[in-house]
Amino acid sequence: MGMRVLVEYEKCCGAGQCVMVAPKVFDQRDDGIVVLLDETPPPDQYKAVQEAVTVCPGAALRLEESA
Amino acid sequence: MSSESSDQVLDYPLRAPTALEPPAEWDRLRQGCPVAHVRLPSGDKAVLLTRYNDVRQVLSDPRFSRNLAQDGAARITTNEGGSVFENPEAASLAGGESHQRWRRLINRAFTVKRIQALQTKIEAMANHLVDEMVKKGPPADLVSDFAFPLPVWVIADLLGIAVTDRDKLAYWSNAMLTMTQFTQEEVNRAQMEFAQFLMGHIAAKRANPGEDLLSELITATDKEDVLTERELMMTAQGILVAGHETTSNMIGKMMSMLLSDRSRWERLLENPSLIRTAVEESLRFDANMGFGLPRFISEDTEVAGQPLPRGTTVICSMSSANRDESFFEGASEMKLDRTPNAHITFGAGAHSCLGQALARTELQTTLQVLLKRLPTLDLAVKPEELPRREGLLVGGIEKVLVRW
Repeated sequence: MGMRVLVEYEKCCGAGQCVMVAPKVFDQRDDGIVVLLDETPPPDQYKAVQEAVTVCPGAALRLEESA
Repeated sequence: MSSESSDQVLDYPLRAPTALEPPAEWDRLRQGCPVAHVRLPSGDKAVLLTRYNDVRQVLSDPRFSRNLAQDGAARITTNEGGSVFENPEAASLAGGESHQRWRRLINRAFTVKRIQALQTKIEAMANHLVDEMVKKGPPADLVSDFAFPLPVWVIADLLGIAVTDRDKLAYWSNAMLTMTQFTQEEVNRAQMEFAQFLMGHIAAKRANPGEDLLSELITATDKEDVLTERELMMTAQGILVAGHETTSNMIGKMMSMLLSDRSRWERLLENPSLIRTAVEESLRFDANMGFGLPRFISEDTEVAGQPLPRGTTVICSMSSANRDESFFEGASEMKLDRTPNAHITFGAGAHSCLGQALARTELQTTLQVLLKRLPTLDLAVKPEELPRREGLLVGGIEKVLVRW
């Protein structure tokens, strides 16, 4: 069982916090909107992704257990 | 309201004991009166929110605008021209789809990739300012010698303004923002000169585009997105207003917080990998953030289980929210390694600060450079004697005297 990252793109405000905190999992388009690089990141990224989820100013990210 | 203080109306802004400490009322309000009645300097009534969840809820609600230039909204001051929140022109870019279109255009200059590319330049500017401080010798005022120029130099670079013009930009910005030190005539003249300069600058960039944000916005007008001349002017002015004083003040406050208990500075000297989290914690711990963010409640809603009727003006105190014990463990302690740190100093939701990646990079670079160049840095005054900046909207420290 792994973890899956979920993004609500319409909530993204392009602040870039996720890119600063978890650059292996998140990137930004030219206009700032999030790009998900790895939908099912490896376990060594969970902590960084969880931090990105918590600090996202738009509350646009979630981390869920994937079946 | 259920609390015993329901009929009491507090004068806002609340007064804090020193430049670094929070107002005594915050704790009491968060615990017993999360929706408090306040009187603004104009005499108008508003409601103050102090809890993390409530502040975050209202700031993130796309229905509620910060535009107070509408019927029934409270005025913040009675000054001629009002505050930045009462500017009807800025409001035209402030809401809904036009805001989203504008923001996505401007965001191009503020992505993490673009800001990281700027980082070496910011570092060189910071080193240059330290060179000058060292040349003059201690004591130095960290505000006028470092914190004030650095963000304005960065903005000048971002807007493609020549190095030879950036001191003019610093003067105009100072005159337009810290009104108390200048006569109304000087403020008016600064506004006019800056507007004239910008018009000429935009025309020059149109004729001869460079690698800067303004050139990029002008070139974008050839594509499907169009910013008018007026919008370009307001964008440039907005970046200066939003990015200069706030960042300058934050550098002064961050350095004061880290040096007022020097074990914090020593910990960073030992372990510079804490710089990123230390910057976030400084942003959270800043008790002197100024006014907070207003929101006009345009339809009936509920906060903290209490009704907020349509027509209410709400003041969201991010700095009180950042000290909410029910959200942050040990909220009244500064923990340099706090992770995660979901402070809302930059706001929340669709209107959260556009320049936050830049602000973070400027603050991180400040620490990197000062830790390396001036490890023996120390306050040359007692923390309780740090003079507060007397401005209405943005909180800061007037002068941070240091030695090394």
